[in-house]
Amino acid sequence: MRKERIDRGLKVRTEGIYAINSAREILYLMGPRLLLIAGLLALPFVFEFAPYWKRVINIMCAYALLAIAFDFLANYVGLVCLGGAFFTGIGGYFAAIYNVNLGLPIYLSIPLATVSGALLCTFFLLPCLPLRGVYFAIVTLMYPLLFTRIIEALDIFGGTNGITGLDSFPNPYLEHYAIIIIALVFLFGMRRFVNQDVGLVLRGVKDNDQSVKASGINVTRMRIIAVFVASFIGCFAGAYIAHLYMWAGISLFALDFSIIPIASVVIGGGGTLVGAAIGAFILVPLSEILRAFGTFRIVIYCIVLTGFIVFKSEGIMIYLQRKYHQFERWVKV
Amino acid sequence: MELIVYGIINSITLSLVSLGFTLVYSISRVPNFAHGALYITSGYLTWTFLDKFAGFPYPLAILAGIGITSIVGAMIYQFILVRIRGMEISEIIATYAIGLAILEGLRWGGLRGMTFTLPAFFTGSVNILGASVDYQRLIIVGAGLLTFALLYLFTRYTKIGLAFRGIAQDERAAMMLGINSDMTAVVSLAIGSALAGFAAILLLPLGNIVVETGYNVLIFAIAVCVIGGLGSWGGVIVASFIIGFAQILTEAFISAHYQMVVALLAIIITLLVKPSGIFGKQKELEERV
Amino acid sequence: MSAEPILSIKGITKTFGGLKALVDVSFDIEKGDVFGIIGPNGSGKTTLINCITGFIRTESGQVRFRGKDITGWKPHKIADMGIARTFQIMRPYYSLPAFKNLIIPLWSPRARKTGGWRGGGKHGDRDTVAVDILEEIGFERDSRVPYKLASTLPTGYQKRLELARCMALRPDVIFCDEVFSGLSMSEIAGMVPLIEKMKSEGITLIMVEHRLRELFKVANRVMALNFGEKLTEGEPLDVIENKQVREAYLGSEGV
Repeated sequence: MRKERIDRGLKVRTEGIYAINSAREILYLMGPRLLLIAGLLALPFVFEFAPYWKRVINIMCAYALLAIAFDFLANYVGLVCLGGAFFTGIGGYFAAIYNVNLGLPIYLSIPLATVSGALLCTFFLLPCLPLRGVYFAIVTLMYPLLFTRIIEALDIFGGTNGITGLDSFPNPYLEHYAIIIIALVFLFGMRRFVNQDVGLVLRGVKDNDQSVKASGINVTRMRIIAVFVASFIGCFAGAYIAHLYMWAGISLFALDFSIIPIASVVIGGGGTLVGAAIGAFILVPLSEILRAFGTFRIVIYCIVLTGFIVFKSEGIMIYLQRKYHQFERWVKV
Repeated sequence: MELIVYGIINSITLSLVSLGFTLVYSISRVPNFAHGALYITSGYLTWTFLDKFAGFPYPLAILAGIGITSIVGAMIYQFILVRIRGMEISEIIATYAIGLAILEGLRWGGLRGMTFTLPAFFTGSVNILGASVDYQRLIIVGAGLLTFALLYLFTRYTKIGLAFRGIAQDERAAMMLGINSDMTAVVSLAIGSALAGFAAILLLPLGNIVVETGYNVLIFAIAVCVIGGLGSWGGVIVASFIIGFAQILTEAFISAHYQMVVALLAIIITLLVKPSGIFGKQKELEERV
Repeated sequence: MSAEPILSIKGITKTFGGLKALVDVSFDIEKGDVFGIIGPNGSGKTTLINCITGFIRTESGQVRFRGKDITGWKPHKIADMGIARTFQIMRPYYSLPAFKNLIIPLWSPRARKTGGWRGGGKHGDRDTVAVDILEEIGFERDSRVPYKLASTLPTGYQKRLELARCMALRPDVIFCDEVFSGLSMSEIAGMVPLIEKMKSEGITLIMVEHRLRELFKVANRVMALNFGEKLTEGEPLDVIENKQVREAYLGSEGV
């Protein structure tokens, strides 16, 4: 008998290409994914008797979406978005306007808010897209603060009170499964997207935009596509949250929506997308436990986040992945 | 007439606030998103010294406040940024996170409400060209001009100042000539933080020490730096005059609420028209065409 | 072949601050040429390429490609016209395997128009073409090399990858910015046939080069630059005999 790593014989030639020849090996590869999907789908039932925590599931998935959007932008396109709250705010307000002011039903207001919000966000971010570097971070940092001020100052969209009276979801299970399924769809969809040819071009833009230009591709256009995709995800989360709370107010532009996704990505492991979601699944419940601390939570996130960036920059997900692949088993010689 | 006087004062205020940010960026290439936090830290520390230790002389409190802020800045680089140097995404996230941690930590620690004020250096006011200007603002203008002059002399005539310029122009070449780039970066963060602290000491007596000021300061500093050209010193002064006057004019003719809108609009117009800013460096332009 | 040159450059001038990087440089390139640009370090060779391919804006001067004025166009549009370039400082897409590096040029509008990538089946067709191109350019298909991360490739392969990236565009003109520099003698010996092959495929090549011996093997015309000014242009051997060129390279005492 000797020990052998269980991925031996599976990985051929390169990362990501596998030779599978038994059900066990399929399980080895698919196991973690199935576990994640099944786990998420089972959550509402697990917390059947803890209604407070059932609500946390929804928020958690919304944050996971935001984290995926951030991870995609930062680690696949090279744009650091310091204002995830911009997306949620725009999405949420659109949903409120469609639902309350125009009287559209919830199953129309959310998709419409997502699309129009994404268009508006992309439009607002257009000026900084031809440039590289910190400009995107700067502008995204400013927008949420700016919109808060404008809404307060002009007293539009309900001013500081916000828009109230949004429709809630018709039943709690729909509420849970709408966001869980969409989070899963986006999670696996984005994983696929970044490995498609378009996704590869976007990753090229991050690595070396000069070379992409020399290959005859309009870098700005690629960034526009990326920002649209990310703000699409973010605006969906925003519209969902607005309907969940039946309220859209300036707290949709709050710092939490910017910093928790960033912290999730750093803690979960940047560049993996799954890591971003897992980070959110860890952080959001944690932040509910720490609710008593108020704004001090943000301090905690920031310290943890900085610690991870400095000391464990790979994040939890990549660490676990490595450990998983290093599992050993006994084989007959 | 009044508008011009106020405009000049406001512009010098802005440039004081942004000098620290631009100094750090031009030397260490780190966009210091913790700038606003350092600004508030300095004000808060000075207030603590004055308030908690009775009989603490004001000048000493100021010195202590600025000194500790500058040590905090240096420590941020020495213990955190140095490990992620060159990874732009991590740098941005880390400085932003540190800034948030400080600001929100202060807020949680009780920095709320109106009780936190620094006394003015001298009370009273004079009449200049029909505008009533209090002494504090005059001191700001004087101190601002003095700071520019000192910084100019510092970068021209001291060894470390010359090293700064060397690093700012070409990091690799400077390193080959024996300039320790990490050391200069530490010093630049220390000086940048001290400048932020100095600006805070001068400006905070005009209002309350509140966390929101930290965000505003960060945003205005960034706006000024982007418009002037990131990392350009001359640009900072010109851009602060542009934004300074634009703000005073919007305040006078529209409403004070729009000050931030003006800053953002200015950034966006700059990005659209001349992305490298008014005094943008050729090298950066070349990278981006 | 028409009488009109494929690429004609007239009076390009570029200054960086006070430094004159290029002063009124003009030359024509015929289709099928292998045109060498030589000159000492800092004589403006790379700047010239950057100006022509749109990475730097010129102050004055005109670039005409097939009679069309492309001065001041954006780099991606110029590449789209069929002018590819390599970079002196190679920066492949490090996080991608070598063959995936080629997906990016193959995805570009030009490659889609020319349809060169339509090789295999419906899925993964770009991958197939990418590996084909890499094989053409000297990556062994059955080895691990094309599937390795680009960051782990040795310099020689990274240079080849740069060329492959250009080839994927099916360009008419390729600007090669010092493809031989930093390579060992045996690697250079492997590169020369590649250049000759491209030439035989009818691609016009403009090569900025320090390795004169190898350059003169393939080039049919050479231009010499010094301090941003054009010294001379002509047959390789004539150029190297030129007094000014020798002075520029060896210093005036050396002559």
